Amino acid sequence: MNVNSNAGRLTIFLSGLLFGLGLVISGMSNPAKVVGFLDLAGSWDPSLILVMGGGLLVTVPAFHLVLKNPRPLFEEKFFLPTAQAVDRKLLLGAILFGLGWGIAGFCPGPAIVALVSLNTTVLMFFAALVAGMLLHHVILE
Amino acid sequence: MENFTPISALIGGLLIGGAATLTLWANGRIAGISGILSGVIVPGSSDRIWRILFVLGMLAGAIVYTVIRGAPADLELQVGPAGAIIAGLLVGFGTRLGSGCTSGHGICGLARFSRRSFTATLVFMATAIFTVFVIRHVIGAAA
Repeated sequence: MNVNSNAGRLTIFLSGLLFGLGLVISGMSNPAKVVGFLDLAGSWDPSLILVMGGGLLVTVPAFHLVLKNPRPLFEEKFFLPTAQAVDRKLLLGAILFGLGWGIAGFCPGPAIVALVSLNTTVLMFFAALVAGMLLHHVILE
Repeated sequence: MENFTPISALIGGLLIGGAATLTLWANGRIAGISGILSGVIVPGSSDRIWRILFVLGMLAGAIVYTVIRGAPADLELQVGPAGAIIAGLLVGFGTRLGSGCTSGHGICGLARFSRRSFTATLVFMATAIFTVFVIRHVIGAAA
């Protein structure tokens, strides 16, 4: 069985649904909440610590347990990142991402769920996000 | 701290962690949104189906929330069109160059005790905090 099975497809859709629901409920899809968290010198809003903390509260123990299984439910193997080196690309990429995240208050997940607002500025951010990814693909991959 | 919303933040965080766990347990994939999205849009990428389904699920989640609440999620934008385009390009290019974003590095990578993810998370958090400081308290104070 693989992800092309109906059960695998349904589960991955459900995972996306829970993820999207979590982003919206947590407030991360609202740039004001995100920037309010990043603004340590302003009237600081620590909510996002609990979003990340809540996420890690689940994933730290659960990933450990899940990865003890020989394989996932609907695939032959786990697909895990293999890179180990902390290199210049990683650091420069994180800096550019942090810069954009700080300017707009959107990272990729929240930008996707905010699309349902059909707000023009959100659509422009999303179009530019896609363009940035394609640009990386064209010049560096 | 008048905007602090601990309960909804914690519930949302637990859901995100649960979703990332389900993705790994059932389908063996890392729920890193920048990687999933780039796999949908970049030409010739393999395994596109599950990525498309995950993104559609995310949109469905936002729609379900809107229906249950009877109103769309709060959306208070921090930038105009020009800022959105500049920031979008930076986030798109930067997350590919750095192999991940808040979800892939921050939630999944940290849970795997990845040194790369730990470093990336520190760097993008620090950069974003610095950026907001400059915009709000250096440029903002001078304007």
